[in-house]
Amino acid sequence: MKLSLTKVVNGCRLGKIKNLGKTGDHTMDIPGCLLYTKTGSAPHLTHHTLHNIHGVPAMAQLTLSSLAEHHEVLTEYKEGVGKFIGMPESLLYCSLHDPVSPCPAGYVTNKSVSVWSVAGRVEMTVSKFMAIQKALQPDWFQCLSDGEVSCKEATSIKRVRKSVDRSLLFLDNCLRLQEESETLALSSRLECSGAISTQRSLLLLGSSDSPTSASRVTGTTGACCHTRLIFVFLVEMGFHSVGQAGLELLTSSDPPASASCWDYRHEPPCLVLQKSVIIGVIEGGDVMEERLRSARETAKRPVGGFLLDGFQGNPTTLEARLRLLSSVTAELPEDKPRLISGVSRPDEVLECIERGVDLFESFFPYQVTERGCALTFSFDYQPNPEETLLQQNGTQEEIKCMDQIKKIETTGCNQEITSFEINLKEKKYQEDFNPLVRGCSCYCCKNHTRAYIHHLLVTNELLAGVLLMMHNFEHYFGFFHYIREALKSDKLAQLKELIHRQAS
Amino acid sequence: MAGAATQASLESAPRIMRLVAECSRSRARAGELWLPHGTVATPVFMPVGTQATMKGITTEQLDALGCRICLGNTYHLGLRPGPELIQKANGLHGFMNWPHNLLTDSGGFQMVSLVSLSEVTEEGVRFRSPYDGNETLLSPEKSVQIQNALDSSYSPVSAFQAAGNTGSDIIMQLDDVVSSTVTGPRVEEAMYRSIRWLDRCIAAHQRPDKQNLFAIIQGGLDADLRATCLEEMTKRDVPGFAIGGLSGGESKSQFWRMVALSTSRLPKDKPRYLMGVGYATDLVVCVALGCDMFDCVFPTRTARFGSALVPTGNLQLRKKVFEKDFGPIDPECTCPTCQKHSRAFLHALLHSDNTAALHHLTVHNIAYQLQLMSAVRTSIVEKRFPDFVRDFMGAMYGDPTLCPTWATDALASVGITLG
Repeated sequence: MKLSLTKVVNGCRLGKIKNLGKTGDHTMDIPGCLLYTKTGSAPHLTHHTLHNIHGVPAMAQLTLSSLAEHHEVLTEYKEGVGKFIGMPESLLYCSLHDPVSPCPAGYVTNKSVSVWSVAGRVEMTVSKFMAIQKALQPDWFQCLSDGEVSCKEATSIKRVRKSVDRSLLFLDNCLRLQEESETLALSSRLECSGAISTQRSLLLLGSSDSPTSASRVTGTTGACCHTRLIFVFLVEMGFHSVGQAGLELLTSSDPPASASCWDYRHEPPCLVLQKSVIIGVIEGGDVMEERLRSARETAKRPVGGFLLDGFQGNPTTLEARLRLLSSVTAELPEDKPRLISGVSRPDEVLECIERGVDLFESFFPYQVTERGCALTFSFDYQPNPEETLLQQNGTQEEIKCMDQIKKIETTGCNQEITSFEINLKEKKYQEDFNPLVRGCSCYCCKNHTRAYIHHLLVTNELLAGVLLMMHNFEHYFGFFHYIREALKSDKLAQLKELIHRQAS
Repeated sequence: MAGAATQASLESAPRIMRLVAECSRSRARAGELWLPHGTVATPVFMPVGTQATMKGITTEQLDALGCRICLGNTYHLGLRPGPELIQKANGLHGFMNWPHNLLTDSGGFQMVSLVSLSEVTEEGVRFRSPYDGNETLLSPEKSVQIQNALDSSYSPVSAFQAAGNTGSDIIMQLDDVVSSTVTGPRVEEAMYRSIRWLDRCIAAHQRPDKQNLFAIIQGGLDADLRATCLEEMTKRDVPGFAIGGLSGGESKSQFWRMVALSTSRLPKDKPRYLMGVGYATDLVVCVALGCDMFDCVFPTRTARFGSALVPTGNLQLRKKVFEKDFGPIDPECTCPTCQKHSRAFLHALLHSDNTAALHHLTVHNIAYQLQLMSAVRTSIVEKRFPDFVRDFMGAMYGDPTLCPTWATDALASVGITLG
């Protein structure tokens, strides 16, 4: 995979990540978000209703907390979690935890990390963790890490230091296990395919060496490896010349985009699949020194990207951590993506983008859905004047009603209604025959009214969740599209101001 | 007492049914209903969307499954959101954005299902609302009025276009329903009252040109009472007849006999709607007995409990046995769930808190019912319905001869032998 930046303005990175996926032909835009899922499915949505949504991200987020308990099933299934969940075309990122459910603290040891599933606690050592990932076969996965520091208040510096040490140790162990299993898998496949005679030998070459003649070269290189391991097998039968392109690849400094330049017509296709990419996790709590250490050390490892962990919380806690965030991203290489966990609100998203973050989780629209609300915040920083007037009047009215902050307890999300949304349960929507958001092109807004959604919520009907989720996801993905547009045309300040005005 | 009720009967009520084929052995018919919101092929199963929604699936999904008529409920919608609001929302079609046909039940059945909250007099049914304790009187006039109000000037083309005509395409009379397990004079009282209420509904009906009012035959499990009801109600020139008061707790043996009696006395050129029937075996048998339309909450309700309908019965997908079953629910099924998902995935999803699991099964179960009816219809048109019945019973019970006695008896009564 390859990250290329179009521009960097005020700390915001605009660009694309190319050559993603098993076949290397997917692309992702940054800044961007990942599709939030629960047990491998977008909440409330089937394939049909998910595909009603415009702008669904190329990459979906799976959570180990919902999938770890299905390890055995997936191992037997063999074909990976993407196919299992019915999303074979989607890029997949596997995080440890579900950003919506809080993780109870006290379950990380030097040897294991626990995730919490419906069935209970699943404890994972490094080897179990890697075995699960092998069964899942995601495109990216968050490395096993100690993120407990963010679950608690006032953590000792000793504990913070331990979280960094442990996470690095987990990372090194996971990387090692990954390479070992690859070597094993590679040679055993070749053996099974009968391509290797008794005279096979395994040579490890550096990038400056060239292979001997009459050899068939096959190689797999992980994305962004510091040392490329190239396996050369001397094959008794069936010699194929490498060709000029192949030789160039061995000496080039870029990892090969795909295996297309290899003469692999007679090789089992599995040999040239790209492996799952490990995302290194930056820990360190609120201690600057530890954060920097974590960033620097993690960056030394051959990871595919970075997850900024421990920034989740509420808007006030994030504000306090923004300086930390800037300092951390400054330590990270430019050409690898930066993800952040637990941050999904529109205003927080913008703050983090300005501090070098590329990818976000999309659980905020889900939380909004669960409390019976619809996202209505404006992100069109260049609307036509008439619309602006209408929206503004609407917004002012909403703010007046928002004098008291209401707490809603829904399915364990003890969240407050934000000013980015309207509460469809309110009586005033009973006879409101407007769509949720005028001008919205989502299925819900094109086919239904606020009055109908209100009725569904009052009567506790399942369709309420379906329609709200479709709208909220589309609205949220639209927001990210506008962020990228704003960066392209240097209008981020306007967008930021617009969002800021609407954040209560 | 069947008084000479003032009959404001409909003169030449619309003939909304066209017969396409009839089984030469049994009473099975294939036909077409010509309704304001489009043609419906019969026999037809109508999924139930009580509160202006087909549970967790969108109207687009329902349309894609081939559904062309579904149910709404007057009692529920009359309470929430109420007829005035629905009228403002461009009628029930507009409110829920359903472009095809709707049939609204009168609220009569709720008298049985919500019996502790209701009280019946000649005037009507007095309900106490479970939501706010308020009392409402559902009289024949009120019921028809609500169903008329669920009307709109709604065109099926777009949700917000106010053009065209009609609301719910078929409306039901308010009937005095007693549970089929009740015996004694109450049954007779309810039967005669239903006739009187039919006449009141006909008189109160404001839109006979746009909404088809169906009568509902009562009489419980008493052949004489049923026969009387049939004789009287068929004198009223309504566009269709429903067979009510069955599919409660009665024995299947009594059930089929009442259905057979009813179809033998109902006019051939009008649709016969058997209310509350939805199990696959019951559907097939009752088609043989001459019924054209069916509704039931069973397939959609059982879906939400994790149960998927298949030709051999049902699969309770929450069970561990499906944990590693990587095939679809039914390899022959063409629904989106079976095209994309395995039993194993659905099993895993059912054990999560993601409601998507329920929706996958709702889609499949509706597809199952619609595909079954479609196959039944094709077999009638192709003059091989009895063979279809034998094959169906074979798949469901392992061998046609192993099908339940009541079904064997019922089929035999119309000339279909199994095995």
